[in-house]
Amino acid sequence: MMDELRELYQDVILDHGKKPRNFGGLEGYNHLAQGHNPMCGDTLVVYLKVDDDNVIQGVSFKGKGCAISVASASMMTEILKGKPVAEAETLFNAFHDMCTQDDPQLPEGVDEDAMERLQVLSGVREFPVRVKCATLAWHTMEAAVHGNEEISTE
Amino acid sequence: MSDMTDAAVPRHADSNVAATDASGHQRSARNTLDVERVRADFPILHQELYGKPLAYLDNAASSQKPRPVIAAMTEAMETYYANVHRGVHRLSQVSTDHYEGAREKVARFINAPRTDEVIFTRGATEAINLVASSYGRAFLKPGQEVLITALEHHSNIVPWQLLRDQLGITLRVAPVEEDGSVRPEAVIQLINENTGMVAISQVSNALGSVLPVRQIADAAHASGIPVLVDGCQAIPHQKVDVQALGADFYAFSGHKMYGPTGIGVLWGRHDLLTQMPPYQGGGEMITSVSFEESTFKGPPHGFEAGTPAIVEAIGLGAAADWLEAHDLEAVAAHEHRLLEYATERLSAIEGLRIWGRAENKAAIVSFTMDQAHAHDVGTIVDRAGVAIRAGHHCAQPLMERYGLSSTVRASFGIYNTEQEVDQLADALQVVKELFG
Ligand SMILES: Cc1ncc(COP(=O)(O)O)c(C=O)c1O
Repeated sequence: MMDELRELYQDVILDHGKKPRNFGGLEGYNHLAQGHNPMCGDTLVVYLKVDDDNVIQGVSFKGKGCAISVASASMMTEILKGKPVAEAETLFNAFHDMCTQDDPQLPEGVDEDAMERLQVLSGVREFPVRVKCATLAWHTMEAAVHGNEEISTE
Repeated sequence: MSDMTDAAVPRHADSNVAATDASGHQRSARNTLDVERVRADFPILHQELYGKPLAYLDNAASSQKPRPVIAAMTEAMETYYANVHRGVHRLSQVSTDHYEGAREKVARFINAPRTDEVIFTRGATEAINLVASSYGRAFLKPGQEVLITALEHHSNIVPWQLLRDQLGITLRVAPVEEDGSVRPEAVIQLINENTGMVAISQVSNALGSVLPVRQIADAAHASGIPVLVDGCQAIPHQKVDVQALGADFYAFSGHKMYGPTGIGVLWGRHDLLTQMPPYQGGGEMITSVSFEESTFKGPPHGFEAGTPAIVEAIGLGAAADWLEAHDLEAVAAHEHRLLEYATERLSAIEGLRIWGRAENKAAIVSFTMDQAHAHDVGTIVDRAGVAIRAGHHCAQPLMERYGLSSTVRASFGIYNTEQEVDQLADALQVVKELFG
């Protein structure tokens, strides 16, 4: 029991969960979306500042959530800063596959360093109801870049 | 065929009554419940999850089903199932007898003055929607108020909001105290000449608080206002007498009282039901139909449009019989002991806070932990074989009242044990270990 739980709640996750990075609003943001996890009633807001070349200059988030969703959001903000929007979306797809499939194929050209960092969240595969927690921030980020201001994981 | 009917009576019920009769105390003054014997009736409880015995502590969400319920439903489908009220053929008659027999069982169970006051619905949600839609649209006028409390389940909030938006009525909300209780005066003082309906829970599903229904109902009745009681969290845990309670409508779901899903009950006072227009239109609820107009049956069938949940109703009747065969006072006493024990064990855990400390409380313990979010707690105790709910419990306004988005909730039922409380408490130690 402890082994699997430790696999899910790795130190990196607990650390990000307790001390989320880029937490709060974002000055000069031009994209925002709210993501709801109706199962637990939690809400995340993701702020993005995207420049004219479609590069993410800044990203932050606010909200309440479980250790998994907060850690995932926190790590996402660290990873996305400075990346083109298209790359963020590729990462999201790859991350989603990683959370749901046993042997996911990495899409071509995906940032492998980023994927390696995200690997700590892959423990949710063994906890299917928690996949939504891990992907909420990413869904919300995607909604924000597409101009949808509100999404729900259900 | 009569043999078959007898077989539908839960065997446990017979043997239990016989046992208590033999001792000469049918309502045992000692308030003891043979929990091992109760557990023997629930096949699902005897299993391991992740190598640990299952501790099912999510009864407020839904309860497990005893063998007599499963048997009654299986028997219906294996031996006499057919549509009801439709056929001249034998099976349809037998099926109808059992379906209407279930109505009688439920009427007896809640001490309804008349069997035709028991309307089968899909559940409590549909029962409340029925009242809001039928009674509400016929009798509530723009500007009138529906009075609820701050601890209602979404199903006793949203139907009134829908009605508000259609009719221009107002929703008034009586406050809940810091300890989760509702003071009768807090509700009563909001009753005024515009109040058209009072709709309150008997027991809070999120905090366990028991509401002073009778006092509120008396005050409402003094002003001629009907009272709907959402009895979902009361009916499996104590003797409910709709007349003694002072309710005019009483709503509950089968699946929380050890019966099946897809079936619930609206009990309503006969004189009110007969004045109410149909809820849904269709077969079963009419006396005659032409393209110009149709005429409708009175209660209960006038409110049961379409083919009902026949097998489920039969299962609910069996659940009522099964519960009745246990001394409900002993059941309440057993669950109260579990509440006290769980409160004591969980309070001793550092960083754990129990929400809802009302003096009069059902066996529901809602809590948060400083160390971890409710959802994480839920996952961790799940791996210890403990089933609890983590979330807002369909009472988001109540959660907001306490500045919470979610809690962990352990809710106890007739078959739970102190060992299961220990199993939960031990699993919560793991949360502390992991999250520090
Ligand atoms: C107090 C209360 N009211 C209403 C409901 C709704 O019941 P159902 O979903 O079975 O219609 C529930 C259960 O979820 C409840 O606990």
